[in-house]
Amino acid sequence: MSDLSDLYQEVILDHNRRPRNFHALPDASHTAEGYNPLCGDRLTLYLKLTGDVISDVAFEGTGCAISKASASMMTDALKGQTVAGGKALFERFHRMVTTPPDQAVEDMGKLSSLAGVRQFPVRVKCASLAWHTFKAALEQARKATTE
Amino acid sequence: MIGTGIDVQRIRADFPILKRTVRGKPLVYLDNAATTQKPRAVLAAITSYYTDINANVHRGVHELSARATDAYEAARERVREFFNAASVREIVFTRNATEGINLVAYSFARPRLSPGDDVLISAMEHHSNIVPWQLACEATGATLTVAPIDDRGELILEAFDRLLTPRTRIAAITHMSNALGTVTPAREIVRLAHAKGVPVLIDASQAAYHMRVDVRALDCDFCVATGHKLYGPTGIGVLYAKEAHLEAMPPFLGGGDMIGSVTFARSTWNVLPYKFEAGTPHIAGAIGLGAALDYIDAIGLEAIAAHERDLVEYGTQVLQGIDGVRLIGTAREKASILSFVMDGVHPHDIGTIVDREGVAIRTGHHCAQPVMERFGIPGTARASLAMYNTRDELDVLGRALQKVRQVFA
Repeated sequence: MSDLSDLYQEVILDHNRRPRNFHALPDASHTAEGYNPLCGDRLTLYLKLTGDVISDVAFEGTGCAISKASASMMTDALKGQTVAGGKALFERFHRMVTTPPDQAVEDMGKLSSLAGVRQFPVRVKCASLAWHTFKAALEQARKATTE
Repeated sequence: MIGTGIDVQRIRADFPILKRTVRGKPLVYLDNAATTQKPRAVLAAITSYYTDINANVHRGVHELSARATDAYEAARERVREFFNAASVREIVFTRNATEGINLVAYSFARPRLSPGDDVLISAMEHHSNIVPWQLACEATGATLTVAPIDDRGELILEAFDRLLTPRTRIAAITHMSNALGTVTPAREIVRLAHAKGVPVLIDASQAAYHMRVDVRALDCDFCVATGHKLYGPTGIGVLYAKEAHLEAMPPFLGGGDMIGSVTFARSTWNVLPYKFEAGTPHIAGAIGLGAALDYIDAIGLEAIAAHERDLVEYGTQVLQGIDGVRLIGTAREKASILSFVMDGVHPHDIGTIVDREGVAIRTGHHCAQPVMERFGIPGTARASLAMYNTRDELDVLGRALQKVRQVFA
């Protein structure tokens, strides 16, 4: 059970049960749809940029505990960041979940709870879906989606 | 085993993979609707082909080529017998059921389709029995029509009948839903369609390893199945088609073996069924499939069906005993599939946790997204059963699901 409890840590279960920033954002400046055709996980990410700052961020969708918790924690982490800061977080998170499980990874605070997916290679996509959607949203024109 | 006439332990001994462990736990393989495991007889037939008689078929005059051709054609005869087709000319080897459906969509349906025509499928089809028809409709301006299913997951026959129009060029319906386990009344479906002059393709991919699929009794025009769900190898499938249809249809793929003669001006086509088998076929696959059908018939489809019925009933009880579990697919005629959702837990999380207990189930949309949409769910967890499964294994699944409940308490 030890690797299972690495995957389903209390903080992840909590974000799955009570996802933060889980709603639409009518005045979003950037939107993107994230979809994992393999498992059907689907989310819509809303960003509101005020100048260079991510002043608000929210999401909606359906998915497994890992994808939902990851999206929820990501929205918490991104709020108040600059665009460059958000992109840097994306890179750090991506590195963390793709580092082989026997190698050390940097401490990313709450986000580190998702490092447990490394022992479940098929679940890495669940953790990274929201982050890829964030990146897609930044690259879109106003209100555009990837679909 | 209680009340069923097969010796499951003896059967299990024939399947080498069932002895292995997964993560230190005995493998509990409940993903048979995705693919079944292979008995030693199938593995031996494949090895023996490559060890003793490997050569290309329908080619050389040499001894091995003749032996390989004999073995390949004996497999075709075995398939004919299994599905009770009238002639081996009606048995085309394909890569899988998907290729069989595509063959019919391209060579039979497309030339008959124009704007205003329609193709009729059902709401419980696998993507493989949706997308080829969508492509055919897009290319020809025809319309894809979908016969609805009810809340149990049964085809609504009256609606199917109503949707058969004078412009329906073909109906393509599954004999058994891979996502719900529903067994459809294929004979009645064919009867209704034929009453309106509509030819029917029956997708027997899921049905064929649970019940006898007799193409002459069904009177279907086309029937497809796949070897790897019949305890045979991957990469080999079967298309049955009435001879008159195959005679009238143009080839699907061009190449070697399917020709009568070739000049740069024009080519002529080989006789049936070779007209539809371009290129070197999956010889070992066909031979392995023949061995798989021998294995199934030695045990007996009726006995297998009785055993699996017992497992479905028992598994249903096990699942109903777990807090928050709801079965998806409760058709009165149902075989070998237990599709379910659990309150507050996504199917993928269920799949990951039970995998840690050595239990292999499928999670997600099962290549049947419209079915999931019909039931308003993103996906299900699906335990699917085969002749070698036991009640004990369903108890292991039940205990693994209790662990899921604990994690998500």
